[in-house]
Amino acid sequence: MSSKQIYQEVILDHCKKPRNWGMVSKPTHKAEGINPLCGDHLWVSMTVVDETIEDIQYEGESCAICMASGSMMTMKVKGKAFTDVMALTEQFRSLTTGPSEADGAKELGSLTVFSGIRDLPSRVKCAMLPWHTLTAAINSKEEASTEGDQDPVPGSGTQKT
Amino acid sequence: MGKAMRNDTVVKYDVERIRRDFPVLSTSVNDNPLVYLDSGASSQMPQSVIDRINHYHQYEHANIHRGVYQLSEQATTAYEEVRTTVARFLNVPDSAEIIFTKGTTHAINLVAHAYGRKFVRAGDEIIVSHMEHHSNIVPWQQLCEEVGATLKVIPISDVGELDLEVYEGLLSEKTKMVAVTHVSNVLGTINPIRDMVALAHAKDIPVLVDGAQGAPHMKVDVQDLDCDFYIFSGHKVCGPTGIGVLYGKRDWLERMDPFEGGGDMILSVTFEKTTYADIPAKFEAGTPPIVSALGLGKAIDYLESIGLDSIELHEKVLTKYAMDALTDIEDITFYGTAPNKAGVISFNIKGVHAHDIGTLLNDDGVAVRTGHHCAQPIMQRYKVPATTRASFYLYNTVDDVDKLVVAIRKAQKIFS
Ligand SMILES: Cc1ncc(COP(=O)(O)O)c(C=O)c1O
Repeated sequence: MSSKQIYQEVILDHCKKPRNWGMVSKPTHKAEGINPLCGDHLWVSMTVVDETIEDIQYEGESCAICMASGSMMTMKVKGKAFTDVMALTEQFRSLTTGPSEADGAKELGSLTVFSGIRDLPSRVKCAMLPWHTLTAAINSKEEASTEGDQDPVPGSGTQKT
Repeated sequence: MGKAMRNDTVVKYDVERIRRDFPVLSTSVNDNPLVYLDSGASSQMPQSVIDRINHYHQYEHANIHRGVYQLSEQATTAYEEVRTTVARFLNVPDSAEIIFTKGTTHAINLVAHAYGRKFVRAGDEIIVSHMEHHSNIVPWQQLCEEVGATLKVIPISDVGELDLEVYEGLLSEKTKMVAVTHVSNVLGTINPIRDMVALAHAKDIPVLVDGAQGAPHMKVDVQDLDCDFYIFSGHKVCGPTGIGVLYGKRDWLERMDPFEGGGDMILSVTFEKTTYADIPAKFEAGTPPIVSALGLGKAIDYLESIGLDSIELHEKVLTKYAMDALTDIEDITFYGTAPNKAGVISFNIKGVHAHDIGTLLNDDGVAVRTGHHCAQPIMQRYKVPATTRASFYLYNTVDDVDKLVVAIRKAQKIFS
């Protein structure tokens, strides 16, 4: 599959200048995410008031797809209630893994640039990792991993930190 | 080898003819001809191997060592002939010292169990190197945990060579095994196995060599190396998956207990006691991957028809060419630049994650491996999360390298 769909201006821009980069100063929620296939490793930290994300930042070391996904995710979910965030996460998941007709819910907005990723099954995890980590942070589990996911390309090695 | 002779060999090596033997090499990816640079993971199969496999499935399929009818006897003979082929391939005089396994990983686990559980005790030590594949780390780690032994690690230098002084210092009366790779699957370093074996043997310590990246690329003579175990996988020597080889010295194999129990590995079974078959059957419980073994036999025939020395030389020339061409790329960092290096080149491009390089190269039909290559300790040593790896084999060309370079520059431009 060609990757032309995915390495577009928007994604490259977010990759080079990630938004909301860093760690919020007094996080109420945070989690660490790892993708053993890529070696992607990131942290999501948030200040949450009444189940609403007041502030969110992320940082780490990752491939462009993960980086851009994380950057755009933080912009999207800042100020949103947990329930809305969880719905968005589901929409993003079906955008990246669903049938090709599904072009994504309107709510996803600019995140629909990730629809091309479904043609690159080995890279779906990269796009999903920030979202997994966000879910882990919401549940305040310490660590998210893409390992539990159904892996379209298994056998990439295993890792537990 | 003299210079004149070297040139001579290069001229005679007809890579285009070799390429025609591999059907997959004339296919396309994303409308570009496939440039296959991942033979370090799995090599491709020539038509003769594919034909052998098909023929068995069409006309020869039967279990071995079990029937008195013709089909079974033929399959048994064919399977046992491959054992002789493999023995010749590694220069083993006694083909009973060749054990068929599912692959390198399976073979290392076999030794870690059958040797380890018998000879390794609490307080003992096992030596591995910092450049091992996970499959030559984890089985030893499991053994150590189980019996209370300790894993010791030979460090590597910045260019990717083992520190032999430290190695020598690690060898002691506590050491019960040295398990080391012949060639690193990430750094390409060819380790001085003969010297390492001599040092270990001076203290009566056996040595296991992970030859997964060695046997495919150079003539291996286990008598010359004098190692106690040598292991490789079929799918990296132009053969199919599902088959691997364990060479072990008779003395060790006889003293070791079986690894797996079942059919074919017994002499007699009662509910009170089972007596085991002699080697090699003792270590081949159950119906083996017969067709994979036949494919492996043909693959070895194929490699030998070209000549392992010629293949090695071809890869050396290509690797030198590739290192020179890649060095011209701005912001490239190599991992593994030892002088004695096989056709494995690991690198990173500043500002572009290896995984993105891999995806973008695929657009141009270039297949490389990206990630940690099942060798996370190497990634930790060089403080990188991942690398891109191009690995060469007998069918790769200067044109492949040129296309790799062009594709990398293109990827770099997208991120600039
Ligand atoms: C050096 C080395 N050792 C061991 C292995 C494992 O081989 P297999 O997966 O065939 O068991 C590999 C292949 O990935 C390797 O490169």
